[in-house]
Amino acid sequence: MNLFLNGEATEAPDGATVGEFLRQLAMPEKGVAVERNREIVPKSLYGTTRLTEGDQIEIVQFVGGG
Amino acid sequence: MPDQAPTTATDDALIIAGKAYSSRLIVGTGKYASYAQNAEAAEAAGAEIVTVALRRVNVADKGSERLVDHLDPKLFTYLPNTAGCYTADEAVRTLRLAREAGGWNLVKLEVLADQKTLYPDMSETLIAAKALIQDGFDVMVYCSDDPVYARKLEDAGCCAIMPLGSLIGSGLGVQNPVNIRLIVEQCKVPVIVDAGVGTASDAAIAMELGVDGVLMNTAIAAAKDPVRMARAMKHAVIAGREAYLAGRMAKKRYADPSSPLGGLI
Repeated sequence: MNLFLNGEATEAPDGATVGEFLRQLAMPEKGVAVERNREIVPKSLYGTTRLTEGDQIEIVQFVGGG
Repeated sequence: MPDQAPTTATDDALIIAGKAYSSRLIVGTGKYASYAQNAEAAEAAGAEIVTVALRRVNVADKGSERLVDHLDPKLFTYLPNTAGCYTADEAVRTLRLAREAGGWNLVKLEVLADQKTLYPDMSETLIAAKALIQDGFDVMVYCSDDPVYARKLEDAGCCAIMPLGSLIGSGLGVQNPVNIRLIVEQCKVPVIVDAGVGTASDAAIAMELGVDGVLMNTAIAAAKDPVRMARAMKHAVIAGREAYLAGRMAKKRYADPSSPLGGLI
């Protein structure tokens, strides 16, 4: 399926969960936060939250800042 | 950390949202040549709290260094900010994500008005502060040096009031000491001068006004030797605090000899 990750078009297997998507990206779960269509996906729901066509996914982490 | 010696000459702790800190210097983590230099400067500053920003993960370049690899969140209190947010909604969204990413409630709220001055938009800031406090956050708030808005933010439940000394990244020092002092006198929560410090004397001047701490980023990161400047800032904040607590002498218009007048030959 097609979706958007951090504003860029990308693909994920049909029916993939957020957790599977993160693993596909080789993304550590620690220290990141995931937002799906402007709603935060809590870490406890990564395994059960399924992505759907056209989802807007944001993955963020801490960087240096003042 | 009750078994550790205090890192400042004074034993008076800075208490923010119920937690005690021995350092009154909070440092940013932006604009450094590297995260390694950043970590060295934070240690030289004796800082216990570091501000951090939240940004999109670079999916294409996962090999890049991560802040958490250099500044251990177990050793430093991470203070997520909302730098780059121009509306209350953006700021609240950012800090909810930060809480999810890190699990901390203590945050630095800043809602900016325009890119040229990065001056805080106080009406949006107040809206965001109320929403965040309602949502269980401990909000340290970047604000103008307007004592009236400072009081509104304190009344809304902010755990620290952080007026600018001068514009973010300007290095112009405390431009309105009278207002900073007014805020100090009225405020029951810690007051921290956030933004504007350029060099060590600026930090000392802020502390001599009776503020509870100073937050800075560019003054250290943009110095020719950031680690050395971090050390200078540590001493300046301690010196300013000590001078404030000591109570300065009265100013006089004419000389007053230090040596006895009697017994002159």
